[in-house]
Amino acid sequence: MLHHLIRQAAQNGFGDGLSLTPLPAPSRRGFLKAIGAGAGVLVVGAHLPMPALAAEAAPKIIGPADPRPHAFVIVAPDNTVTVLAKHLDKGQGIVTGIATIAAEELDADWAQVRGAFAPADAKLYANHFFGIQGTGGSTAVANSWDELRMAGAAARAMLVAAAAVRWKVPAGEVTVSKGVVRHAASNRSATFGELAEEASKLPVPQQVKLKEQKDYVLIGKPDLHRLDHISKTNGTAIFSMDIRRPGQVTAVLARSPRFGGTVKSVDDAAARKVPGVIEVISLPVGVAVIAKNTWAAMKGREALTVAWDDGKAETRGTDAMLADYRKAAEKPGSVAANKGDADKAIADAKAKGGHAVDGEFVFPYLAHAPMEPLNAVVALNPEGGCTIWAGSQFQTVEQMTAAHILGCKPEQVKIETQWAGGSFGRRATTNADYIAEAVMIAKAYPKAPVHLVWTREDDIKGGRYRPLFLHRITAAVDAKGALVGWKQRIVGQSFMAGTPFEAVMVKDGVDATMVEGASDMAYPVANLAVDAHTVASPVTTLWWRSVGHTHTAYAKEVMIDRLAKAAGKDPVAFRMEMLKDHPRLAGVLKLAAEKAGWGQPLAQGKGRGVAVHESFNTYVAHVADVTVDAKGQIKVDRIVVAVDCGEVVNPDIVKAQMEGGAGWGIGHALRGEITMTDGVVDQANFDSYLPLRMSDMPVVEVHIVPSHERPTGAGEPGVPTVAPAVANAVFSVTGQPLQTLPFSRGGIVS
Amino acid sequence: MVRINVNGEERQVDVPEDMPLLWVLRDELNMTGTKFGCGIAQCGACTVHVDGTPTRACQTPVGMLTPDSKITTIEGVKGKAAQAVQAAWQKLDVVQCGYCQSGQIMSAVALLTDNQNPTDQDIDAAMDGNVCRCATYVRIRAAIKDAAQTMRA
Repeated sequence: MLHHLIRQAAQNGFGDGLSLTPLPAPSRRGFLKAIGAGAGVLVVGAHLPMPALAAEAAPKIIGPADPRPHAFVIVAPDNTVTVLAKHLDKGQGIVTGIATIAAEELDADWAQVRGAFAPADAKLYANHFFGIQGTGGSTAVANSWDELRMAGAAARAMLVAAAAVRWKVPAGEVTVSKGVVRHAASNRSATFGELAEEASKLPVPQQVKLKEQKDYVLIGKPDLHRLDHISKTNGTAIFSMDIRRPGQVTAVLARSPRFGGTVKSVDDAAARKVPGVIEVISLPVGVAVIAKNTWAAMKGREALTVAWDDGKAETRGTDAMLADYRKAAEKPGSVAANKGDADKAIADAKAKGGHAVDGEFVFPYLAHAPMEPLNAVVALNPEGGCTIWAGSQFQTVEQMTAAHILGCKPEQVKIETQWAGGSFGRRATTNADYIAEAVMIAKAYPKAPVHLVWTREDDIKGGRYRPLFLHRITAAVDAKGALVGWKQRIVGQSFMAGTPFEAVMVKDGVDATMVEGASDMAYPVANLAVDAHTVASPVTTLWWRSVGHTHTAYAKEVMIDRLAKAAGKDPVAFRMEMLKDHPRLAGVLKLAAEKAGWGQPLAQGKGRGVAVHESFNTYVAHVADVTVDAKGQIKVDRIVVAVDCGEVVNPDIVKAQMEGGAGWGIGHALRGEITMTDGVVDQANFDSYLPLRMSDMPVVEVHIVPSHERPTGAGEPGVPTVAPAVANAVFSVTGQPLQTLPFSRGGIVS
Repeated sequence: MVRINVNGEERQVDVPEDMPLLWVLRDELNMTGTKFGCGIAQCGACTVHVDGTPTRACQTPVGMLTPDSKITTIEGVKGKAAQAVQAAWQKLDVVQCGYCQSGQIMSAVALLTDNQNPTDQDIDAAMDGNVCRCATYVRIRAAIKDAAQTMRA
């Protein structure tokens, strides 16, 4: 659903009314086209028929390949194969995944394969689900699967054709394996590099034959290393934080301590005296201190005296906001789902020997806090426009926003996408956020490339949080223990409101990202009523790894355990009964339960809990083992996860995403929260916004369901069910449902 | 002028003495392998060795170091433990976003230099100061054990 809506929103335009050319829907076949070949390099792009190609932009090449624009696959005379990823790699491994897909059809040797980030150009590199170039919603593999297979197959066919011409043999007798092209009958062979120039002069086939799954030698194999596994272990991988352009200056920005506050007055006399400070500039977004290095910029900002106008700012604390949410929850909200008669079903169940369960759930604001604090380098180009070096996640939005700020054309904004030090959703914003700040500063200080650096405090206090949410649920099982009624009210902010996404993401007063996972729950309850109140606040909010499912799956799965207990049923059996029409959900639930040893007796103080959910078209079940000690303190001992994400391109990366997803879910459930007092954020850094650490991390066992279904994503779906599985494990020991997050609020985590 | 010894080379930098070593390395010497993560010694991304001891460069004013202090960064770390650790990291594909990994590796090398048979508790104690938001902790633990085994063999 999210994909479709982003696509429509993109067509409505970004950057203050600048419109974007709508792109046609992706096709699964055909449409192969050679683009920009030359200098003996075979360059193949498989893409949609487009009008004239946009301005040239050299891709950042990871490794020694010779870059050529507008391509997905580059075979160079040095025998390297470079596969361009139009998606941002923020740790999820997509550069490796994309390269694997193309290399498979190409029959390349993995050792010759390199990865690179594609330039920003929506005409060539749009995410087909969005209609703009951007990464998100765990879409990357699903989006690029056909495109990269076709590109790889086309390049292979051209290398085969070149060999056939050179050796004067029928193409049908030429084989390819591990980067070597052979003609067995005449005992001849050539490397890709040796054939690249001849191949580049041949026409690109309009139809290609793709491999069958049984013939895969790279896809689905467990022993392929990530393409970034060496550069990220010896300090040579370059993030935008590491970009050093000639003459570059560093900027930090003083922002309002309250969301919605604006600059009233600035005294910068002391700041200007700090050695190394070059300039202080007031901007609509804050006060920029520009210096010759980061330390001087930070010291300069400390020396600023800024008075802020809080006239339009949020001045409530989170306790007051929550009280307002509770008031709102007393009244019906906008309807997200309504079938049968939930009130009547719940009343009938209570009257006829069934059980009703009430739950109020509170989910705090959460920061993404990627390890690399947000930053971007911007240099104005002499010919107009600018070049941006960043861990760019929504390239098209950033191009259009920068163009709007600079008064240039979007295609004059070049983006050099870098490895990103995490994102978890933070880098994908509807107004380009920190990149827009950097462009504004560069515009105001055009003398040198500007590196805008956020400190960790800027990040933790800087908003774009997973919103604060309140859920109220009443649900009932009848006398036979069947789930008969479910009534749920959700109160929180919409991060779509006021953005180009609003018109399509918010329907009838309901933001789809607030209720996903609740209004469309898989459990077949005949009487379902889900409604929502969207509340407004200047506090900025954003999608956060797994979006609405971060709270909807939690509330649903904790309630299901309470209902199972009320019905006197085993939590796994209760769910299995309800998932008869959902074989993939039932499949992961069964697999996780079996592998975890569900049903085996546990020692005193040990608990086991389960949760299952679909998100982003991927199916995941978690079983958590916990210890509750004599003082009531909890420790997560083991997580067993089963995942079904269709055809798996790289099982070790899926495994890594499940491990990381488990840590992400547990870490925030244990101690993660952003709170505010009188509108000012109480947390500042990792001493107060407490991250998961080594000693918190449980054993994680990952089981992947073998599948021939089309591939779906793995970055986000490993998150939603881990925290409710842990909560249900604690519930199995204490009988106390954990409905207020984080768990540290209940005193059960140190 | 401040004189320091980085990876065996003497370097002179014209910076205030209160500038943390982190910014001297990154902004003055253009050695960007050592990362800025929090600035308050809470995440370990900036971990270097000073005379072999894992040290948070973000909280080490450069003026506190002497020209005799031997600073080792990810760019210069070597020896049996470093080799074993980096090889194990690569073998197990530990990294995800990779931003914290220089610091993780520097902490792990220091641990294994002193203790070639660390228990889980030893690993927790040595590594709890290094945050990984991707939560690669499962593989970091496995890689440390793998490297320890290599060193003992």
